[in-house]
Amino acid sequence: MKVCRRSFLSLIIGGAAGTALSPLPLKLMDDSSIWTQMWPWTPVPEDGEVSHVGSICTLCPGGCGITVRKVNDRAIKIEGMKGHPVNDGGICVLGLSGLQLLYGPTRVKTPLKRAGARGEGKWEKISWDKAIAEIVKKLGELREKDKSHKVACISGTDRGTVSQLLGRFLTVYGSPNFIRVPSIQDSYELTMHKMQGVQASVGFDFENADFVLSFGSGLIDGWGSPVRMIKANSKWKERGKVVQIESRLSNTAAKADKWVAINPGTEAALALAIANVIIQKSLYNTDFVKNYSSGFEEFKEMVLNEFNPDDVSQITGVSASTIESLAKSFAGSSKPLAVCGQGRGETPGSLNEFMAVYALNALVGNIDKKGGVWTVPDPDYIKWPEVEMDRTASNGMHKARIDGAGSKRYPDTRYLLDRLPNAINSGEEYPVEALFVAGANPVYTIPDSKAVKEAFNKVPFVVSFSSYMDETAANSDLILPNHVFLERYEDVPTPVGLQKPIISLSKPVVKPQFNTKHLGDVILLIAKSFGGMIAKAFPWDSYEVCLKQTLGNKWDKLINDVFWTDSNFKPAVWGGSFNTPSRKFKFVNKSKAEPIKIEGDKQTYPLILMPYNSMRLASGFIGDPPFVIKTVEDTVLKGKEILVEVNPKSARGFREGDQAILSTPKGSVKVRVHHFNGIMPGLVALPRGLGHTAYDEYLADKGVNFNELIGPVEDPVSGLNAAWGIRAKLTRA
Amino acid sequence: MKEQHKNTKAKKYGMVIDLDKCTGCGACMAACMAENNVPFKKDESNKLDSITWMRVYSLTNGKKFPEADICYIPRPCMHCEAHNGHAPCVSVCPATATDYNRNTGIVSQIYTRCFGCRYCMAACPYHARYFNWWDPVWPDGMEKYLSPNVSPRMRGVVEKCSFCFHRHQLAMNKAYVEGRRELEEDEYQTSCTQACPAGAIIFGDLNNPGHAVSQIAKPDHKHGGRPMNPHAFRLLERLGTNPKVYYLSSREWVRRAGDNYIKDEGKQGNH
Repeated sequence: MKVCRRSFLSLIIGGAAGTALSPLPLKLMDDSSIWTQMWPWTPVPEDGEVSHVGSICTLCPGGCGITVRKVNDRAIKIEGMKGHPVNDGGICVLGLSGLQLLYGPTRVKTPLKRAGARGEGKWEKISWDKAIAEIVKKLGELREKDKSHKVACISGTDRGTVSQLLGRFLTVYGSPNFIRVPSIQDSYELTMHKMQGVQASVGFDFENADFVLSFGSGLIDGWGSPVRMIKANSKWKERGKVVQIESRLSNTAAKADKWVAINPGTEAALALAIANVIIQKSLYNTDFVKNYSSGFEEFKEMVLNEFNPDDVSQITGVSASTIESLAKSFAGSSKPLAVCGQGRGETPGSLNEFMAVYALNALVGNIDKKGGVWTVPDPDYIKWPEVEMDRTASNGMHKARIDGAGSKRYPDTRYLLDRLPNAINSGEEYPVEALFVAGANPVYTIPDSKAVKEAFNKVPFVVSFSSYMDETAANSDLILPNHVFLERYEDVPTPVGLQKPIISLSKPVVKPQFNTKHLGDVILLIAKSFGGMIAKAFPWDSYEVCLKQTLGNKWDKLINDVFWTDSNFKPAVWGGSFNTPSRKFKFVNKSKAEPIKIEGDKQTYPLILMPYNSMRLASGFIGDPPFVIKTVEDTVLKGKEILVEVNPKSARGFREGDQAILSTPKGSVKVRVHHFNGIMPGLVALPRGLGHTAYDEYLADKGVNFNELIGPVEDPVSGLNAAWGIRAKLTRA
Repeated sequence: MKEQHKNTKAKKYGMVIDLDKCTGCGACMAACMAENNVPFKKDESNKLDSITWMRVYSLTNGKKFPEADICYIPRPCMHCEAHNGHAPCVSVCPATATDYNRNTGIVSQIYTRCFGCRYCMAACPYHARYFNWWDPVWPDGMEKYLSPNVSPRMRGVVEKCSFCFHRHQLAMNKAYVEGRRELEEDEYQTSCTQACPAGAIIFGDLNNPGHAVSQIAKPDHKHGGRPMNPHAFRLLERLGTNPKVYYLSSREWVRRAGDNYIKDEGKQGNH
């Protein structure tokens, strides 16, 4: 057959037309869609037997009950525990993402020893025996040279058996430097100590309050026990009013019945002006004031002389008529409640402000009353025998604390972590030779990151017990990874702000995934290696034995139900709960205290930078897991860049999304500008919880850590950090 | 599934979200991702390709300080019934990968049928549908938490909120084993409903007058399910998509923001 051009073209075109009319194209399309989808790397999760395990989430101090769904030995999902007194089924965004921490890439999988320079990220894997031997060797050397007091320990909490074991070890070893991470808990403890003469925690009967006056507390932005607060907020929607006093429209302000915009840092003056109106109009609870309080006359005189609403309205920017109406509605409600503590309550704040707000509660007589402020005794189930100290230990314990807590200057304050970096850098007391960190991430969470890093570099031996490669672990010499909360037993006493004493038990949901060890067991092993008095103070074979003995007859109930409540607990009766010399509540604000002055001068820094908190940004010792960072809005984080909120009025030519340099006396960072009408002109707001340098690639290097831009400002009475902001400026990038 | 099941009354599962209670905490978003094996990438700040079956939007009233106000609005799939089940996405799907179930009122999504033409995404007025531009990647070891009840998706398919349909299947299985054909209200609840710390999300059968959703939203079934509760509204009501997600707000500006109004148009409802 002759192949000519015509027949060739006929064949090609005919063939093409024929193929096109056949089912082949459709078949190929179908196949290609199947083949591009059915790759073996799309995981097929294994099915199996479903079970549920109850436990407690300890990712924040909230202490929520959780129920973990399991398939065979895999944990599949964390859900809120129905019936738990804190959260009753609800759960927050961080708690829901807990499994990403358990199975995630941020875990420290085995004990590590630093191999390169500090923070370089070079590690050598070592055995547990070797890791513990290293610690014992170092601590032994220090003790021999009578330097035991030069050891310090930073802990996320001072309650519960694990932190008590840490504290106990430090005592018998001979160091007074057990330091709890700061929060509003410090300020509230001190307030109760000064006004009620008690060592107790504060509890708020939010669920029964019908008028909540909040001085900048981010009640639904993570303050207190976050899920409980959000639940309480829903109750207030049905019956109750909330007034939020804040210079920025936070979520709490937006959800409140009334938002009162106030000049930042003037909350104490406003509280006292409200007290002025209450006293002047005789709206206070006469029974309480007359029969159960002391110092009222002096307080009254001070408040009437110094804080009349007209003067205060000049300072606060809140009109005198608003002050008056706030006072009337507060005092006129049947169960009013005043709270303070900025944002999520991670900064202790001005003691003067705490006492002023607390005085409001006293004036309306809601101390230890339904819907009011309750005195919650510290849990007393940990009844271990007194420690016996040898000479070295008692010598060490008699030395002054490195952070200045309990000193002549700050006699009533228990812990002052924010002063530690400066104490180390200035060398005013003594050097810290060894630093232990448990349940905390101070390199990230303490203000003035530069000073903190410098201080860390001055400490020759830093040990982290973190389960995750956080900033502190990354800057340590030795990491002894603890089990994560889903792998370990731990008692969780009454969470912050809860009005009733409870004990919950966090228990293993899955077997330890890696070569980690319970911190409790590590402390016991270290103590036993020392022998002598130190070993004698720890008569338990393992942490589990210690916990079981400590909880005694509550153990079985806790294993079954996860929590134990004191059914006999009732708020104290007036008079009974006050342990001041007069056995009465004491109004202590006697003279006009100066407001806290923030760093920076107005000429160079025309704006004021303030932090804000969001439930979607974990800002404590845990960083956002992938699910949580995914929920962050693109008006907060875009790519790796953080957006700062500025009122369009004070944006000075910066358009939405423009790049800018944000500088404060502490540092400068690159940011983008976001116009927000909810923020007071003259302010810049930056979210807390971003700017991590450690963790995984889902979180690291995104945005800016607020602590790089601010330093602590010491409260004159307590020494606690009272910085509520810092002067700042925005310049062209 | 065009026919109703012979022995049971058709359900119309729907949701009521109380925007006065919603605090914008994001728990519903994470609860959804954890329940439904939703993947994540290193950067999720481009919200156009960030897969969030449930997404919480933030609304502002546009006023200046200090009159400014914000309101959060969680947006799952609306499971539109439209007219007779002709949801916008269902009618355009060339692969029958998405379908309106007349027994439950749930709009399904069958990943293995979907060939990724994304017509449904264009048709959905709520941006509730997401395309898998990439294969999902879980960091080493993290596949351990994946749930066997929901198949992980692959590159090239569209996915969206299913009202946690697998939970319905599990609850029905259990009921059948126990010899029942009907579910109690609390037997089938979505993951976001269960997690919401504010109790702002309520889920149930809009056809069942005993269920909280129908008591609160008071849907007028004769008029396309429009809510009779004056505080209730649905998103883009005027499109006639007849969505099964109702919102509650005591603030008028929020209710008005639920539809596209021209600036000086009159009050809500007169169209």
